[in-house]
Amino acid sequence: MSHDKTKKQAELIREISGVNPYKCMKCGKCSASCPSFNEMDIKPHQFVSYVLNDDLEALVNSKSLWKCLSCFACIERCPRDVKPGKLVDAARQLVVRERGGDFLSADEIPEKLDPELPQQLLVSAFRRYRR
Amino acid sequence: MQRIGVFVCHCGSNIAATVDVKKVVEIVRNEPGVVHAEDYQYMCSEAGQALIAKAIAEKNLSGIVVCSCSPRMHEATFRKAAERAGLNPYMVEIANIREHCSWIHKNVEEATEKAVILARAAIAKVNLNAPLKAGESRVTKRALVIGGGIAGIQTALDIADAGYEVDIVEKTPSIGGRMSQLDKTFPTLDCSACILTPKMVEAAAHEKITIYTYSEVEKVSGFVGDFTVDIRKKARSVDMDKCTGCGVCQEKCPSKKTPSEFNRGLGNRSAIYTPFAQAIPNVPVIDRDACIKFKTGKCGICSKVCQAGAIDYEQKDEIVTEKYGAIVVATGFDTIKLDKYDEYAYNQSKDVITSLELERVMNAAGPTKGHLERLSDGKHPKNIVFIQCVGSRCSDDRGKPYCSKICCMYTAKHAMLIRDKYPDVNVTVFYIDVRTPGKNFDEFYRRAVEDYGVNYIKGQVGKVAPQPDGSLLVQGVDLLDNKQILMEADMVVLATVIEPDPSVRKIATMLTASIDTNNFLTESHAKLRPVESPTAGVFLSGVCQGPKDIPETVAQAGAAAVKAIGLLAKDKLLTNPCTAKPDELLCNGCSACANVCPYGAITYETKLINDHGIREERRVAQVNNALCQGCGACTVTCPSGAMDLQGFSNRQIIAEVDAICR
Ligand SMILES: Cc1cc2nc3c(=O)[nH]c(=O)nc-3n(C[C@H](O)[C@H](O)[C@H](O)COP(=O)(O)OP(=O)(O)OC[C@H]3O[C@@H](n4cnc5c(N)ncnc54)[C@H](O)[C@@H]3O)c2cc1C
Ligand code: SF4
Ligand code: SF4
Ligand code: SF4
Ligand code: SF4
Repeated sequence: MSHDKTKKQAELIREISGVNPYKCMKCGKCSASCPSFNEMDIKPHQFVSYVLNDDLEALVNSKSLWKCLSCFACIERCPRDVKPGKLVDAARQLVVRERGGDFLSADEIPEKLDPELPQQLLVSAFRRYRR
Repeated sequence: MQRIGVFVCHCGSNIAATVDVKKVVEIVRNEPGVVHAEDYQYMCSEAGQALIAKAIAEKNLSGIVVCSCSPRMHEATFRKAAERAGLNPYMVEIANIREHCSWIHKNVEEATEKAVILARAAIAKVNLNAPLKAGESRVTKRALVIGGGIAGIQTALDIADAGYEVDIVEKTPSIGGRMSQLDKTFPTLDCSACILTPKMVEAAAHEKITIYTYSEVEKVSGFVGDFTVDIRKKARSVDMDKCTGCGVCQEKCPSKKTPSEFNRGLGNRSAIYTPFAQAIPNVPVIDRDACIKFKTGKCGICSKVCQAGAIDYEQKDEIVTEKYGAIVVATGFDTIKLDKYDEYAYNQSKDVITSLELERVMNAAGPTKGHLERLSDGKHPKNIVFIQCVGSRCSDDRGKPYCSKICCMYTAKHAMLIRDKYPDVNVTVFYIDVRTPGKNFDEFYRRAVEDYGVNYIKGQVGKVAPQPDGSLLVQGVDLLDNKQILMEADMVVLATVIEPDPSVRKIATMLTASIDTNNFLTESHAKLRPVESPTAGVFLSGVCQGPKDIPETVAQAGAAAVKAIGLLAKDKLLTNPCTAKPDELLCNGCSACANVCPYGAITYETKLINDHGIREERRVAQVNNALCQGCGACTVTCPSGAMDLQGFSNRQIIAEVDAICR
């Protein structure tokens, strides 16, 4: 990826997520909370550094993007309001936007819908799973 | 017409780098009333002050304007210089061209223009200034200390040793504060009670110290040197003069199920109780909410067993009114409630405790008699996990944004003491940073690691999950290894963030002392006046001003005492002459001003008024100059424009505004 493009993407991720990665104090509470920690190649507290360093290529291509469960444990517990789960979510959105085309269509949704599902999980599930 | 001199300061490059001071001098020279204008590198220096004195003498100046830093910084300096040169000090005005101009602007042209405007406003004001004379007020040679922790005790002892009377008001039944709850203290590991109790005894025995325990400050009026304070002595239900402190009442009291505040709710106390064995005074109180006699009318056992006949169920709250010259706030702290931290299972498991609770567990007089045991089943623990920064350094809505400063050290203390006494116990500490600046502090922490084998892990705990078998599963992270850790523990100890005692808000309001967003009392200047509140005559001691350990608290307590002594040593104080003054011809006696005055300085008098030949009796406002603090609330409230502030009259303010808008 060209330098300019990564910078732009990093900015976009910050904008979509509303996260200020500078607030992170590297306490690790996100990684301590994450149920998918062992499945991830880049750990939740590292998401923040990747965005800070404009190191987007690695993040976007990481396994972690698709291993995050959107359980929001890190978002709930981060003491600095950094909420790294939101960064992952934003990175996923970035990938989805770029790939385009293969979303679930609105018609397919009702049959797949479980009324018990939390809204937020649904939204991030759309980003994660495709046809 | 005034003869005004204008003095423009460079403040080194602080002002001169952004404001063209020469140009300011040239422009203001032509302002009405100005007969002299010059600039100098440092006006506040001795040479600068000499320039001012020289100009006053040679040019026969009647008023001066100094264009310099904030009046908070040097108004007093320049007033004194003017007074020495024979000018009334209230004929001096400051145009703040540093904080309000050079420091906040970059463009020289614009900054220079603004500096000129600020100077013009000050000149316009001086044109209307009149000499004012400061009055005098007396100093009551007695100090009040609110809070009887180590801070309050030390401050009181130091003031009393200087020969002044001191009263301590403590809201709990005994003085001692948090320190009385601690077991051993870092960095030397001496027993807390052994070093605190002698100080408590000394305070109680000191002929100059009066201690009001189980008491609260109810009302404060007056001002520096002359405060009047109402103290509510809550009904103890025990006669302090008769009680011998034998303790038989506490033994025989059948109501024994109230959680002990002193033991942080670990263990119970009786309805009639002293918080701990070394309490001072050693006189119990009856907790009327727990007492069977007060609830049902029956019982009365304590009265029957008390040989001294000290029990008095009829006792009522008593209000003591006393006058003070100085007030020291020493209300200390508490740990926050952990209701919002479900992930640590504090409310689910008895074996998850705060560090302050651990102090009680480790203390020989505590609920477990000093044996380290799980509170759920009394078993000896094998694995203990400490979690630091619980609620500290948080910018979310659950915790506090600051570092509590003491927990890194006390956690190292706890870990070391446990490893020393029980080498079979594994101790793990999860930390974000280990912060141990201070004399012998880092060495102390390293000893925990190197000599006592405490396992420090850089990382946080995400979750503590109580297991069906009663153990605790701790899920944390080791950031240096980049590994998640699952660890079984028998006990988890939370280094919980401290916060100012919640009652400090009420105290601050009564004293008109300011507090910050975290409820810590604000000091007058963070660096140069760290133990003085911006409210004159109010001083700060201990953790109520910011997180501190005992050595720092004691040092600050001494500093606060010195400041209070400096005030009490004066026979008279000069009062601010910039007080409100009513124009009796305009006043219609509506009472609006008295209603808004926060100092109760306004009263009304019915007197004969000669209004342009019409003589009639009218009710008009009167201002007590000793009480008025010159806040100006009345002047803006008065519907008739009758109230004016001397030195800041409506005419003067309007003249300033006009000069700015010209
Ligand atoms: C778990 C733990 C361990 C610690 N270990 C150590 C250690 O090993 N070494 C060390 O140096 N420091 C240690 N500290 C810090 C130490 O406790 C404090 O530095 C010290 O207690 C501060 O004293 P203080 O007088 O300012 O406040 P406090 O001790 O809190 O005293 C304040 C007093 O004011 C009273 N009060 C409050 N509000 C009012 C009111 N409105 N009216 C009247 N009275 C009022 C309170 O009842 C209390 O008696 C530890 C702290 C904790 C939490
Ligand atoms: S929990 Fe928040 S502050 Fe701590 S490392 Fe993760 S993102 Fe940073
Ligand atoms: S939201 Fe994703 S990254 Fe955050 S804790 Fe859950 S699984 Fe881990
Ligand atoms: S009267 Fe109240 S305080 Fe006294 S012994 Fe009975 S319950 Fe206890
Ligand atoms: S003193 Fe240590 S444990 Fe306490 S808040 Fe500060 S860094 Fe955290």
